[in-house]
Amino acid sequence: MQTMDPKTTHLPQVQEPRNDGIPLDLSWVKAVQANTSAIERRAATLPGRRSVKKDYQAAWLCKAISLMDLTTLSGDDSEGRVKRLCAKARQPVRADLLKALNMEGLTTGAICVYHDMVETAVDALRGTNIPVAAVSTGFPAGLSPLHLRLQEITESVNAGAKEIDIVITRRHVLQGNWSALYDEMAQMREACGDAHVKAILATGELGTLRNVARASVVCMMAGADFIKTSTGKEPVNATLPVTLTMIRAIRDYHDRTGIRVGYKPAGGISKAKDALVYLSMIKDELGDRWLQPDLFRFGASSLLGDIERQLEHHVTGGYSAGWRHAIG
Amino acid sequence: MTVKDIFESMDYGPAPESASEALGWLADRGGIAGHFINGQWGPLRDDFASNNPATGEKLAGVTKGTADEVALAVAAARKAQPKWAKDGQARARVLYAIARLMQKNARLLAVMETLDNGKPIRESRDIDVPLAIRHFYHHAGFAQLMETEMPNAESLGVCGQIIPWNFPLLMLAWKIAPALAMGNTVVLKPAEYTSLSAMVFCEICTAAGVPPGVVNIVTGDGETGAALVDADVDKIAFTGSTAVGRIIREQTAGSGKALSLELGGKSPYIVFDDADLDSAVEGLVDAIWFNQGQVCCAGSRLLVQEGIADRFYAKLKSRMDGLRIGDPMDKCIDVGAIVDPVQLAEITRMVDTNTSGETYQCAAPDGCFYPPTLITGLAPADTLMQEEIFGPVLVATTFRTPTEAVEIANNTRYGLAASVWTENINLALDIAPKLIAGIVWVNATNLMDAAAGFGGVRESGFGREGGWEGLMGYTRPKGKMAKLTAPTAFTTTDGTPADPLDRTAKLYIGGKQARPDGGYSDPVFNKSGKLLGHASIANRKDLRNAIEAMAAAKGWSKTTGHLRAQILYYIGENLSARSDEFATRINQLTGTKTGTKEVGDAINCLFTWAAWADKHDGAAKGVPIRGVALAMHEPVGNIAVLTDDTRPLMGLIEPLAPALAMGNRITAVASQPFPLAATDFYQVLETSDLPAGVANILTGSHADLAPHMAAHANIDAVWSFSTADVSHVIEAKSTSNLKRTWVNHGTARTWPSSIWRAQSTEVKTIWIPYGE
Repeated sequence: MQTMDPKTTHLPQVQEPRNDGIPLDLSWVKAVQANTSAIERRAATLPGRRSVKKDYQAAWLCKAISLMDLTTLSGDDSEGRVKRLCAKARQPVRADLLKALNMEGLTTGAICVYHDMVETAVDALRGTNIPVAAVSTGFPAGLSPLHLRLQEITESVNAGAKEIDIVITRRHVLQGNWSALYDEMAQMREACGDAHVKAILATGELGTLRNVARASVVCMMAGADFIKTSTGKEPVNATLPVTLTMIRAIRDYHDRTGIRVGYKPAGGISKAKDALVYLSMIKDELGDRWLQPDLFRFGASSLLGDIERQLEHHVTGGYSAGWRHAIG
Repeated sequence: MTVKDIFESMDYGPAPESASEALGWLADRGGIAGHFINGQWGPLRDDFASNNPATGEKLAGVTKGTADEVALAVAAARKAQPKWAKDGQARARVLYAIARLMQKNARLLAVMETLDNGKPIRESRDIDVPLAIRHFYHHAGFAQLMETEMPNAESLGVCGQIIPWNFPLLMLAWKIAPALAMGNTVVLKPAEYTSLSAMVFCEICTAAGVPPGVVNIVTGDGETGAALVDADVDKIAFTGSTAVGRIIREQTAGSGKALSLELGGKSPYIVFDDADLDSAVEGLVDAIWFNQGQVCCAGSRLLVQEGIADRFYAKLKSRMDGLRIGDPMDKCIDVGAIVDPVQLAEITRMVDTNTSGETYQCAAPDGCFYPPTLITGLAPADTLMQEEIFGPVLVATTFRTPTEAVEIANNTRYGLAASVWTENINLALDIAPKLIAGIVWVNATNLMDAAAGFGGVRESGFGREGGWEGLMGYTRPKGKMAKLTAPTAFTTTDGTPADPLDRTAKLYIGGKQARPDGGYSDPVFNKSGKLLGHASIANRKDLRNAIEAMAAAKGWSKTTGHLRAQILYYIGENLSARSDEFATRINQLTGTKTGTKEVGDAINCLFTWAAWADKHDGAAKGVPIRGVALAMHEPVGNIAVLTDDTRPLMGLIEPLAPALAMGNRITAVASQPFPLAATDFYQVLETSDLPAGVANILTGSHADLAPHMAAHANIDAVWSFSTADVSHVIEAKSTSNLKRTWVNHGTARTWPSSIWRAQSTEVKTIWIPYGE
């Protein structure tokens, strides 16, 4: 079990060859379809088709923690706030509960912060295998000059970020300018060097699921290690229909290239039950292999609190309260 | 498995729904399912067992209803009916109460259904029970509105209803809700495998204030069903296999009982190369693995465009690998148990007999389970492409063009449902009307709702359930049927012709006047014994030729209503120009002075139907999805008519005009005693731009032609307004292709235009979910 063994790591490169991308294949991109009503029906019925109970539920919730990019992306973030969050990442659940579950050593998948906070987070997580992810490239709008966005990536990597969450230029998608999107993504991927790159599509601003599907494919072709729904700042963030659309694109990319690309829904997932639904969707549509931190992450800030309460309920049989669990 | 182990394996684990409440409910009631007659239970006997197919355990004993018990139930229903029919608002309140109480008992109903049938609890909980409830809510509304919105409709009386085991509660709701809403009372027989949710429903009826005798349930097997069919009921509504549907059609032939049949299917599921393939694959899960494929409208025939077939099959197989098969009470199961070992053996036999194509199967647990199965590479000629399997078995073939897709899709005896997957709206809306089916889903499958019609064509049966069109099956227009007396032809002759010029009327087939195959004709005389002319005696070969001409004239059904109106007006105009001649002819034939009036009626009838030709609008149904369900009116197809022989001209025009207006092709047999007005009419048709073969007219013996008409497989409907005693033979012989029949049983009345329109059209419901 990776969280128990300090020799293993959450980092993707250990387990899976990276996605080096492929040449832009416009015939593939243009053939991509996404039928919104059908996708919504699948998404709407999935929670009723899958159910995880008792020990299984506890284990799945622990898994959700291990797949969590514990995140703070606020204008008022400070070193103190980030250190507090890192402490929570190291000990996401009260020690007595983890002991009762025999899940000691469980940590979150990563910490996700702004560039300015990378060094603080790296310091605070020293001695753990928890990577630091930085949101870069003029997050969240991504409209600062390209050379500055690329420079920001380089600086975040230099500051110790192992994962870079970039934002794409939504305009390229809305205008169908796939080669511009491809080129931008490829440059960002190159700027990341050994750090893994998660491409944030900002799906809430792409207009249609078909655009989401096509943008997903183009970003993967350009070498994205992960594709991610949202910055958390759009009016609509991660949803099940968007998730289904993106992971089906991932599945298609794997079917055609043999390369596994990761997926990160972000924003709006705040309940333990939601996390279980997401995990079952990943399990059913992509397979168990994707239920590992190198291929799946939740971008979340308040989800952990609800999971902690559920785990305490599992251990004690009584319903919990928020103040019984440490804040992050 | 420890939490740590599961953390690694990420298995789903068991998520069982509890059976204890439902089992307790059965135990509290003595563990026996039986009759509910006149608001009372009983008799209750343990004649045979109702088992849980997933475990083989006995759930309850079931009472096998006898003919006497059925008669008791029918008598109770008969007694209760007049009062029940009186007050639509009162009925609405009772139906509303049923819906509310079903909601309150939703979990018990769902668990009972799954225990009894073997379907996954997810389906009974999320689909069957909510749809059944919705049906009662919706029909409570119809009961409320009947008096004001259907002022000319009245209830039929007592309805005998026989339902299948695949959706025991939902089919009960589909049968009982509209019948009750329209003021009928019912005797319903659940399927022998699945009587238990009906027991819960009976108690709900009592609690909802359903008066005694309005809802009667008689449990039993096929013999009980046969007794119900034979009983003193006004209608039989049957959902089940095509084989049993045939037997019921034959058994009720000539009885005057109304009949609706919702039978089997082999519904095509067409995937074009521009479809969202992943969604189309997921759709198949709901099409053929829903309810273990034991669904009459299951998308069981997969048609994939050649260029994407391999990729599509690969995606489909990968999706099949993710299906979870097992304990239907587990909330995490996709495919449950087959309803009974008998059904399992039949599915197994059919698949094992097949030697064509490549078979891909999931793993299935031991017991009454059948693995989800895909058989690719089949051809239309393979048995499994033609025969309904009624199990989780999908058969597949490929096509090259939209035209070929339609051709393969329609290459079947059935016509229940179809799915079309494409992102091209032009293609979808072009294909949907071309598919021979009662329901078409665009980029979807198995969508159903109380507001939308459900039912098929061809050997999938006739009649619709749901929506306004479904109410037609439980009402009739107010008004009395009059006894029809056969007119007698004048047979005595004074040896002289009325007109020295010899006139022998031929047959009118394919736009030409054709000599009869048999080479015989009958003389026709007027009252004073003068010879009016000769009328050909058509035989079955002439009938066959006429039907071939009708079939060849299928372009008529694709013409616009505007064009059909123009032609009907033109026919009326040309008839009008010859009014006097036709009036004289009618007077001569019948020996009366009604000719002028009859010609006037005929012209008026033609103008009325010319008016209707482009005004029989369809509807957009208020179904609870983001999308529309279009109810489109389509012509029935080829209609053969034995005309009312008391009225030489109007007997012909009355069915011909609406049939043509609605886009049907027609073969009519003229009045047998008075044939010469119809034969004179050939010339009117010939001068009115009606395409050849659209209307064909024969003369000869109604009784001789009736059985051949009824048995011909390329006729979609047979109507008889004849005074000849042919109703029985027409209904009995119609089992050849389960064509629609509309026969008079020796009575007559003036039918309102709504009935003519309904008889001349099929309602096709096209579901089009949308959203980008």
